[in-house]
Amino acid sequence: MEKEILRKELKVSAIENGTVIDHIPSASVFQVLRILDLTTYGDQLLIATNLDSRKMGKKGIIKVNNLFFRGDEINKIALVAPSATLIVIRNFEVVEKKQVEVPTVVENIVRCFNPNCLTNHEEIGTRFTVIDKVEMKLHCHYCEKITARNNMAFR
Amino acid sequence: MKKKSLVSINDFTREEHTRILDLAGAFEKRPKQRILEDFVVATLFFEPSTRTRLSFESAATRLGARVIGFTDSSSSSVTKGESLRDTILTVSNYCDIIVMRHPREGSARFASEVATVPVINAGDGANQHPTQTLLDMYSIRKTQGSLDKLKVAFVGDLKYGRTVHSLVMALCNYKTTFHLVSPLELKLPSSVKMSIKEKNLDYYQTTDMQEVIGEVDILYMTRIQKERFSDPMDYEKVKNAYILRNGMLEGAKPNLKIMHPLPRVNEITTDVDANPKAYYFTQALNGVFVRQALLASILGVVE
Repeated sequence: MEKEILRKELKVSAIENGTVIDHIPSASVFQVLRILDLTTYGDQLLIATNLDSRKMGKKGIIKVNNLFFRGDEINKIALVAPSATLIVIRNFEVVEKKQVEVPTVVENIVRCFNPNCLTNHEEIGTRFTVIDKVEMKLHCHYCEKITARNNMAFR
Repeated sequence: MKKKSLVSINDFTREEHTRILDLAGAFEKRPKQRILEDFVVATLFFEPSTRTRLSFESAATRLGARVIGFTDSSSSSVTKGESLRDTILTVSNYCDIIVMRHPREGSARFASEVATVPVINAGDGANQHPTQTLLDMYSIRKTQGSLDKLKVAFVGDLKYGRTVHSLVMALCNYKTTFHLVSPLELKLPSSVKMSIKEKNLDYYQTTDMQEVIGEVDILYMTRIQKERFSDPMDYEKVKNAYILRNGMLEGAKPNLKIMHPLPRVNEITTDVDANPKAYYFTQALNGVFVRQALLASILGVVE
């Protein structure tokens, strides 16, 4: 166990203060960066993907220096990374660790699957109510159709 | 209901539905009252729907309101590429209430959020058409005396018809027993059936219209469109099974009424029209009273 942690730390170096997002499905790492608006982040940002994980097989990890997220901000990533763990680091120490939670309202990150929904034709944000957090069913505030995991696309 | 938009049938509570139906009854007794003389109603029809537009304009005009608007988007700035947001914000300046029909689902909800005046949805794509639902409820209540515990058959295209979906959901508040008659390809979607199941109501599905005619209080007919079938042969096989002829009504209950959202093509033969059970043209007339009730209460002229 000690050895494994050490090896991980070698792969993605530690941050002094900030947030670590661990246990991201490898395929979702870049989506998570987009959802959290980190693609133009000005401070240190460490990204790794396809790391070996006992829990997940392969996983991704993101470490953001000097950035702390509000709960509702971080929960947005639950749609693509429901397994993600959020770790808050201060002074190289873990001060908080928690799982992301699926939010009840999802705004602007998911595209409505209905091709005739107004949100796919005018420049307006999308808004969904999550009606099933396990099956990930989203009820469109505008067209009232259900977007589910199997037809979910991101903006 | 003053200043409240009507986008989806569920925007109004059961009590508010009842209030609208009661008001519609009052307008049926006195359809010509000049109580909206100080108001301008805008009818924005981004796609043509002559029947619905005329019904709204008749309702508004009989109450003394002025009506402005357009009848299809080719004659408006929409063809110049104006966004829906800009159109609605601009028109909000010119009127006291907007009635709109638009081909995209969700357009009415969006309009109600940007408009500075209330919006009545007169149909947004395949999504909602709440004034149709209310006039259907009014017609059922008027002919049966009450909306409670009725047996209602829906016949034809139950898959794509938003009229059917909204009415089924509205009737779930009234302990209705549903008879769902359609070809297998056009069955009621499971999302709508869920509303029936959630209320523990009885429903029966069949492909045979004749077997339900003797059972029900309301026979709600809809048109089956050829383009709904991926295989034209499937359409040919079923098309004649969902045509109502006068002779089929012999064993019907005395209180049975036949409804249809119109336009009818051939799914009800014209020999039914003279039968006192035929109600579809009166149903359309009821639409005017229901729309009068909505305009007057949303504009705050009646309580």
